[in-house]
Amino acid sequence: MAKVFIDDIEYEVPDGKNMLEVCLSLGFDLTYFCWHPALHSIGACRQCGVINYKDENDKRGRITMACMLPASNGTRISIEAKAAHDFRAGNIESLMLNHPHDCPVCDEGGECHLQDMTLMSGHNYRRYRFKKRTHTNQYLGPFLNHEMNRCIQCYRCVRFYKDYAGGKDLDVFAAHDDIYFGRSEDGVLENEFSGNLVEVCPTGVFTDKTLKQHYTRKWDLTSAPSVCHGCSLGCNILASQRYGTIRRILTRYNGDVNGYFLCDRGRFGYEYTNSKKRIIKALKRVSGTYQPIENGNAFEEVKALMGEGKKVIGIGSPRASLESNFLLKELVGENNFYGGISNTEGNLIKQVIDILKKGKVKTPSLAEAKGYDAVFIVGEDVTNTAPMLALSLRQAAKNKPNEEAFAIRIPLWNDVAIREIVQERTGPFFIATVHHTKLDEISSGSFYGHPDNIARLGHAVAQKINNNLPSVPDADRESASLSSSIAEALLAAKKPLIVSGTSLFSKNVIEAAANVAYALKEQGKDVGLIYTVPEANSVGMTLLSENFVDDAIARVEKERADVLLILENDLYQRIGKKDSEAILKRCNQVVAFENLENETTNSCDYLFPAGTFAESTGTIVNNEGRAQRFYQVHIPRNEVRSSWKWLDILRQDLQTAEAKDFDAIVDELIQKNPELQKIKETAPTADFRIGTQKIPRSPHRFSGRTSMIANINVSEPKPPVDNDSPMSFTMEGYHGIQPSPDTAFYWSPAWNSVQAINKYQIEVGGPLHDGNPGKRLFEPDENRQAKYFNDIPSSFHPSNDELLVLPLYHIYGSEELTALSHAVKERIPQAYIALNENEARRKGLNAEGGKVEFYYQDKKWELSLKIDNSLPDGIAGLPKGLNETSGIGYPFRTKINS
Amino acid sequence: MIKFSEEKLKQVEKIIARYPEGKQKSALLPVLHLAQQEFGGWLSPETMDYVASLLGLLTIEVYEVATFYSMYNLKPVGKYVFEVCQTGPCITRGSDDIIKYIGERLGIKPGETTPDGLFTLKTAECLGACGYAPMMQMGKGFKEHLTKEKVDEIIEECRRSAAINN
Ligand code: SF4
Ligand code: SF4
Ligand code: FES
Repeated sequence: MAKVFIDDIEYEVPDGKNMLEVCLSLGFDLTYFCWHPALHSIGACRQCGVINYKDENDKRGRITMACMLPASNGTRISIEAKAAHDFRAGNIESLMLNHPHDCPVCDEGGECHLQDMTLMSGHNYRRYRFKKRTHTNQYLGPFLNHEMNRCIQCYRCVRFYKDYAGGKDLDVFAAHDDIYFGRSEDGVLENEFSGNLVEVCPTGVFTDKTLKQHYTRKWDLTSAPSVCHGCSLGCNILASQRYGTIRRILTRYNGDVNGYFLCDRGRFGYEYTNSKKRIIKALKRVSGTYQPIENGNAFEEVKALMGEGKKVIGIGSPRASLESNFLLKELVGENNFYGGISNTEGNLIKQVIDILKKGKVKTPSLAEAKGYDAVFIVGEDVTNTAPMLALSLRQAAKNKPNEEAFAIRIPLWNDVAIREIVQERTGPFFIATVHHTKLDEISSGSFYGHPDNIARLGHAVAQKINNNLPSVPDADRESASLSSSIAEALLAAKKPLIVSGTSLFSKNVIEAAANVAYALKEQGKDVGLIYTVPEANSVGMTLLSENFVDDAIARVEKERADVLLILENDLYQRIGKKDSEAILKRCNQVVAFENLENETTNSCDYLFPAGTFAESTGTIVNNEGRAQRFYQVHIPRNEVRSSWKWLDILRQDLQTAEAKDFDAIVDELIQKNPELQKIKETAPTADFRIGTQKIPRSPHRFSGRTSMIANINVSEPKPPVDNDSPMSFTMEGYHGIQPSPDTAFYWSPAWNSVQAINKYQIEVGGPLHDGNPGKRLFEPDENRQAKYFNDIPSSFHPSNDELLVLPLYHIYGSEELTALSHAVKERIPQAYIALNENEARRKGLNAEGGKVEFYYQDKKWELSLKIDNSLPDGIAGLPKGLNETSGIGYPFRTKINS
Repeated sequence: MIKFSEEKLKQVEKIIARYPEGKQKSALLPVLHLAQQEFGGWLSPETMDYVASLLGLLTIEVYEVATFYSMYNLKPVGKYVFEVCQTGPCITRGSDDIIKYIGERLGIKPGETTPDGLFTLKTAECLGACGYAPMMQMGKGFKEHLTKEKVDEIIEECRRSAAINN
């Protein structure tokens, strides 16, 4: 602890901080632009000027930048001195000489850090009377809008984009009054994290282009704390709506998970919730076409189908909540419930869960992953399968070189000095994947091979760490030497991190990664082991499933089923046409609970309109085993509701049926699944109040409530009540610091921008006031004896006439729902089949782009050739989940023709 | 396609060799100067792209640097470039009048080049010669204690030497 003096009052503050962080953490309103809690200090904007005194006798002091001033014992500053005020007001005046003062037409207006800081600094009258310098703006792709004239030259954008996220195509040009932040020419900003510029840029230079399509001011939005459903990481989001459509997604700060950032799939992939293809009322198929049906009738008819003695089965979903999967299981009975994924995938996830629970190694959170100093990725293209993990790993790569700076007592916050020392160096970082992946640019050694060869490399590394393990037979020289350097680097690290996942559908890969981690643990290393899984609730659904879809197929093949209930699952996407048809044909009646029309809903008998994350409340479990609550943003003006609400009625006697609220379902769930006990603690129950107040979903400045539906009804309708949460759908309620899982927006007097989050944290950049939301369901017992996996696969031998086809992943396109959003759609690559040059030539193919034919499940597929020389011989790659490749199960073997 | 002569390429290699292996980006400033000298006194996008390819950099990295420094010309310039300092000390000694005067004499504004291709007028930030304000840089040298008369002389001198050299 250090003692510092701020305007003559003494404060005890933690060591190793700068005075700006300290002042903000203590609640002072000190202006700043360039400092960011995740990007640290560079002293560029000069906006955090304070007076720094030598000691108590120094009456004059000198202007110093608080963000560059260490908060060491005896540091003495004044924020309030007139000279300090004048300096800050004058500084902002000069930063804004060329600013267009166009707040009324600026998308940032009303939630702009520049507006807030201007007001706070006391500069409120423009004196500059001359012609302003203007810039040309650029086209930056479907995600971001560019308005360079609003720039105040804080450099945050390039520091985030280049230094933090590894972007290459955004930079700063020219100098002094002509400085320009942008690309070298018009074009799509390529980095997967570009959307964070919306929140990082303190002004309206970079704004959300998808929001612009249906623009709403912050104060007019109704928002809910939610969890991204884009991949298995479960980043926290704030989802906002007006007039019944979702308008945008912002980061919801969670110091244990995603911190201040999101990936672009998560931020811009929400528009499918507003799609015209949404199913918005109950439908029944009558002679081939769907007709609306009254809810009551739908219930009765479906119940009648499921009556006494009927064979009913249910298929769950890895993108539906625990509660919905649970109620489907309750409705159809334990033995008739099947997790909605292939057995291959189900078994892999089961194995991952088993390792999470019984392995002896800690699975760090997304945020903790940033703290490791050596990384070994075993078979995962993280940037495309779990994007935000790639962002964490990029930070981990800096830890080793940063130590050099710490050794000469440079604190972490002094970013200029650190970068001067570190330059572009990165720490030990090894990657074994099927083909070249984006993180290769920071890797110290990359290996491309068949999943079995990746696993063999992993086993070899484990064996070199623990010599008692069996050695890998017939290892070639190259991978032997690579495995030695990896083992050496991991052993030399303080905190090595092993990353793997299910994306290659390889048990061997998963096992090899665990072995490396176990071996390191036994050497006393503080090792971490992270697995990624395919979808948002893959872990949650699998925890409730004993059987999967292949079991269901086997069952209906033996004996037809009367009724099949499908929960939020396009079977065609997940298990392919052949298997989907196999199951659909053998069930007499098919009832689906679904968000949008898709291939599966084309062949159902009844459809119930199921809520997406936007209209549902529920719990999902991420790859780390963290259960997180998401809340419905609004009650839509149609019949859409959480699937569990439909299922809850269906399982009751319709005469006496009573809608249960969310907490009752959770209670029932944990009573039957005690290992899920903690999901109840993920958020307060619906009867929670602050005093007598609920928690509002809208800010107190919300406008138009009495008139917004006047075209339909001139008298203001009674606002809907949310029985499933302690939140209101309006601005009524408690406007102070709310429970962290239930905070729907950030606002504090004088802080209207996202940076109001400072006020919700115990310490800026640290945990939220009552802890970061989410509960981890399992922790490994670190003292347990590690049970190594002993199956070492043999090396892959390419066959002469057949190719082995593996999935390649794309952040835009490989996830089913986000791929339906306009902005994301623009970024989906052309479908292709990738081969290396050798292999292509051998097959008589030469021109990239040429047509290639192959067979999968007796059907002919045609795609254009893409040459990727990093792919090993004998292996072809297909983009997973694009329209043209949807429903393909991996891996498979095929012959190809030109 | 532009290309350095063999001899200049050797010079580039020498410059790169001054820096540690893999740090060829450090050679960027001197190589840009050389390129500017060789390829018409300014850095066209083509020239910058060529330098990027020589040093194995992304083109955007070269643009970032080249646009920052005022000694790199991003537009064609005249034979004589007047870079008049307009930072505080020079301004208080009347450099704004000097800039205006040069402009009137040559019929151009800062940033422009005379139609005969002889003169370019630019403004510059502090060139570290405040003691001799107002001043300007011309080529490799400084012209100090500028007055209108002195400016006239300099312009005449340039015209004369251009005529002789032609
Ligand atoms: S564009 Fe935004 S983030 Fe970048 S320097 Fe300008 S104000 Fe700062
Ligand atoms: S990393 Fe995954 S969970 Fe996080 S924002 Fe992106 S898609 Fe969503
Ligand atoms: S915040 Fe301190 S100088 Fe910018």
